[in-house]
Amino acid sequence: MAKLPASISDLVAQFGPHLKSEPAGGWTTRGEPDRIVPTHCCFCGQQCGIQLKVKDEKIVGFEPWEEFPFNKGKLCPKGVKRYMQDEHPDRLLTPLIRTEANGFQPIDWDTALDRTAREIQRIQSAYGRDAFAVLTGASLTNEKAYLMGKFARVAVRTANIDYNGRLCMVSAGAASKKILGIDRSANPWSDIPKAKVILVAGANIAECAPITTDYLWQARENGAKLIVIDPRLTPIARTADLFIPVRSGGDIGVFYGMLHVMVQRGWINREFIAAHTTGWGAVEAIVERYTPEYAATVASVPASMIVRAAEMWGPADTSFLLHARGIEHHSKGVENCMAAINLVVATGRIGREGCGYAMITGQGNGQGAREQGQKCDQLPGARDIENPAHREYIAGVWGVDESTIPNTGLSAVPLLEAIHDGRIKGLLLLCFNPAVSLPDGDFVREALGRLEFFTVIDFFMSETARYADLVLPGSLMEEDEGTTTNVEGRVIHHRQVVQPPEGARQDWRIICALAQRLGAGDKFQYQSSRDIFEELRIASKGGVADYAGITWERIDREMGVCWPCPSLDHPGTPRLYEGWEFGHPDGKAHFQPADWRPAAEEPDADYPIVLTTGRVVSQYLSGTQTRRIGALVDQYPQPQCEIHPRLAESLGIVDGDFVRVESRRGAIVVRAQVVRTIRPDTVFIPYHWPLDRSANTCTIRAIDPVSKIPEFKICAVRVSRAPAPSGDIAALETAAGGIR
Amino acid sequence: MSELAFFIDYSRCIGCQACVHACEECDTHRGRSLIHLETIERRDSVQTAPQVCMHCEDPICAQVCPADAIKQTAEGVVQSSLKPRCIGCSNCVLACPFGVPKYDGDADQMMKCDMCYDRTSTGRRPMCATVCPSGALAFTTIEEIMQTRQGRAVNDWQFGDQHVRTKVFVLVPTEVTRVNVAVIPLSSLRRSQPPPVPYDVAALLEGQ
Repeated sequence: MAKLPASISDLVAQFGPHLKSEPAGGWTTRGEPDRIVPTHCCFCGQQCGIQLKVKDEKIVGFEPWEEFPFNKGKLCPKGVKRYMQDEHPDRLLTPLIRTEANGFQPIDWDTALDRTAREIQRIQSAYGRDAFAVLTGASLTNEKAYLMGKFARVAVRTANIDYNGRLCMVSAGAASKKILGIDRSANPWSDIPKAKVILVAGANIAECAPITTDYLWQARENGAKLIVIDPRLTPIARTADLFIPVRSGGDIGVFYGMLHVMVQRGWINREFIAAHTTGWGAVEAIVERYTPEYAATVASVPASMIVRAAEMWGPADTSFLLHARGIEHHSKGVENCMAAINLVVATGRIGREGCGYAMITGQGNGQGAREQGQKCDQLPGARDIENPAHREYIAGVWGVDESTIPNTGLSAVPLLEAIHDGRIKGLLLLCFNPAVSLPDGDFVREALGRLEFFTVIDFFMSETARYADLVLPGSLMEEDEGTTTNVEGRVIHHRQVVQPPEGARQDWRIICALAQRLGAGDKFQYQSSRDIFEELRIASKGGVADYAGITWERIDREMGVCWPCPSLDHPGTPRLYEGWEFGHPDGKAHFQPADWRPAAEEPDADYPIVLTTGRVVSQYLSGTQTRRIGALVDQYPQPQCEIHPRLAESLGIVDGDFVRVESRRGAIVVRAQVVRTIRPDTVFIPYHWPLDRSANTCTIRAIDPVSKIPEFKICAVRVSRAPAPSGDIAALETAAGGIR
Repeated sequence: MSELAFFIDYSRCIGCQACVHACEECDTHRGRSLIHLETIERRDSVQTAPQVCMHCEDPICAQVCPADAIKQTAEGVVQSSLKPRCIGCSNCVLACPFGVPKYDGDADQMMKCDMCYDRTSTGRRPMCATVCPSGALAFTTIEEIMQTRQGRAVNDWQFGDQHVRTKVFVLVPTEVTRVNVAVIPLSSLRRSQPPPVPYDVAALLEGQ
């Protein structure tokens, strides 16, 4: 196993996660706030408006922001309790250096920054420029995402930068781009209640995008039919008009089975297809084979459900498709999404009121952070790093020679593999916790232990930061100013609410200080995060994701502006593809054929059960923030293995038993939760926990060939009753990976 | 326009607990949540139901209080027990047909939802109904509800022989004008068959 500078128990004792359950100053001494600042929740791509209360320069509570149009004051539990991460006892307040067998010791900022710069240079001169990599995150503001992309290409000059959006939106983005020409949800959320039929595929909206629930329910009040496709009966599936409990990875069976029936019954808009699309013939040829009976074998559901879905979706006047990680987290994630989007394009129900399609972004800036150039294959404005004209334009903005901009680097999973096999020796990481969030966890943790040099910027000691040589204390969203882009493509303004605590620094200042030491200081002369936004506007100008006409003042005045917005007098673009003008140069939508194929690892005699993973409503991503908030931990303290009573009985398991869940990669022990709301051939474990409770210890390191997204949603496991775990890890608090 | 009122639509609830956490933020009972979120039967369903105080027009909790500790405001909001009067007997806990009042041992008094009196009395909406992401809880006008929701908002209840009228409305199918809660003798319950499980995924897959 990988090396750590102290025992996990000692690291947890010093750095947490510890729980914070009361606001700064306690519940009783809060009093009237000095000011109330409207800003946004940092958790999830909905980016709900929220107002934070400040007293004595500390955030002490929140007040709903009812004027913000997207959520009108509504919040989920993460939003309600988000302020508890402020004034947190685990907050890192000094740079820390690893000392062998003695944990981490404080050092001063200059020494830490000098050492990081020196190690970057040492590794690059010894092993080549690309031997030093940068990993970033999609919970960063647009400004920071832009800065990280530029920092990697201009200051570090490595090709190897990628981000944790690789685990999130890349399948949806790639599919959308291939068919419709633009990587963005096509419609504003206000179109959802105007649709007469809504198809939700692989999206546990109630837990992962709770605010969207009201939009769905409003549609139903207006008479819409709701179809939900999911291996689990989720809270929105409970009252859906049609719930299709698809086998994980069988989604194409449902989509093409529906399309088959729609072709048979004439529910295809052939006029639209002829005038505004290409490639329908290839899709129709494949779909012809997907009779309801065949489709049912792919999806592993009754054929009658697929026919019923087609009867609801096919003849409707207006419709809306929503999809999320359930169909995207597959080694055929892009193909799943394309098959779903084909359902939209075949009807021509897109680009007008109440008609369209959206992918539900998962991370805080899931949309914006993938447009500003921190993906291994992209430059700002959602530009292509291999396109000579795009490179030339960005080189001009950055004031560098085009030839110095690296080409496509490694995406997140291959990048970790390159660390594991020694091709990458050094890493700078910001806003990413791969020790919990990447598949095949033991492999990932082993890789992190092999780095020659590793610097992490974070505000808490994440499970990944424990492997670092240097940890630099960064900033929370509310301690910096910037923008994010929500699920609708609406660019919004996160205001600075308080200063970072003494000892911590704003992330962008840390990056600029490193750029200075790497000899690129003249390219990073920003006085504020707003300066970065102003450069981002220019860099995005003329790109697909064009922010040129968006200013912070406009965002405040208009409650957000949707890109593309090429000029100051442009109103922004809430709804794409109006007038059936699609994003490809020919203005048409391009159907994409894709036949179903099996997952990288299907169940077999040795590992006979499907494991699928996902989120719970009270936790966010790898839990670095939410496993430190008492109320959110209390709501769902430790991961449970959802298992159908029929499967549980056959394995001699009863509710609450400890169960060992084992794949070819590794095994974990969690409690069983016996429920009838899951397929009997499938178990579900949420992924927010570390170590011996980490579902990703079991998941498979297989990726989609196009999007490079890992296959989190299906791998093969066996499940058995287990004795109560013992030992140091089991004895930890549940938020740290223990078990009760 | 009529005054703002409180509405519950149980069918919309997704069990997220935003209401439970937000209740804790109310200034009159900081750190203590007074709304109940019931998980109906997790083994069989994901169904959940939020329960605020229904604020009965003639509150049963107050009727049975031997210490006269439970008061109603002029607006009809039934408040937590008056601390100097409450003797902690829990008569109210037993009597309330909605199961709302709870005796709080630390505070040594009965505490319950007061419809965020500190907020509603100053023109703000209750915390739970403001944040609820599913619209299961709403604080708005009856006109707004009639325009935007299917079904009917009712505030008449029949519990066995007892008729109750509440300040809070619940949304029910249009044909229902009063919620009838039948009182079933325990003996008959034991004889009856277990209820069917409508949300069994295995049964759905078998086409049942």
